[in-house]
Amino acid sequence: MARIAGVDIPTHKRGEVALTYIYGIGRSTAGKVLDKAGVSRDTKVKDWSDEQLTKIREIISSSVTTEGELRSQVQLNIKRLMDIGCYRGIRHRIGLPVNGQSTKNNARTRKGKKKTVANKKK
Amino acid sequence: MSRSLKKGPYIHYKLERKISEMNESGKKSVIKTWARASMIAPEFVGHTIAVHNGNKFIPVYITENMVGHKLGEFAPTRTFRGHAGSKKK
Repeated sequence: MARIAGVDIPTHKRGEVALTYIYGIGRSTAGKVLDKAGVSRDTKVKDWSDEQLTKIREIISSSVTTEGELRSQVQLNIKRLMDIGCYRGIRHRIGLPVNGQSTKNNARTRKGKKKTVANKKK
Repeated sequence: MSRSLKKGPYIHYKLERKISEMNESGKKSVIKTWARASMIAPEFVGHTIAVHNGNKFIPVYITENMVGHKLGEFAPTRTFRGHAGSKKK
């Protein structure tokens, strides 16, 4: 059991993959962190020594924004857009796609579940 | 894709000239403009610019947070009144 950056406990996986369980770390960052710590990307988390673990922990806490901090950063960015009332902010406010996607069909990720309209003419 | 750094930000030259004139004389008046693609420069802060939306001029008061955005982002071109039958709460 390894505990990095707060709550995350990835185990029994290759280091490169295990680190991606942390919010804010993907494959690319995970690889870079491991390279910097001098740990092989293919070593499983359970095979890490204690020194390696602390080193990885240090690198992540010093150079990568993760978890709560990153989440609040993202929320702040969105809030800024909404406050200045620009197009992207308005799209965030009404819950529609922000980056210019078509909304004639689909766009279900942003719009949520389908709301069927009764007696809709063909 | 973002604009080439070599060119620098696009700021409508007439608009820039008008703003700098107003900054020098210390006057403030609403400027009408069609230059929706123009970036908002730091000098614009505190002015009100009426941005054309294809139909009317929408007055936009420039605050510090808006620097770096384009004028058109603050003057929506479409009006969505809601679908027939969907009632507002």
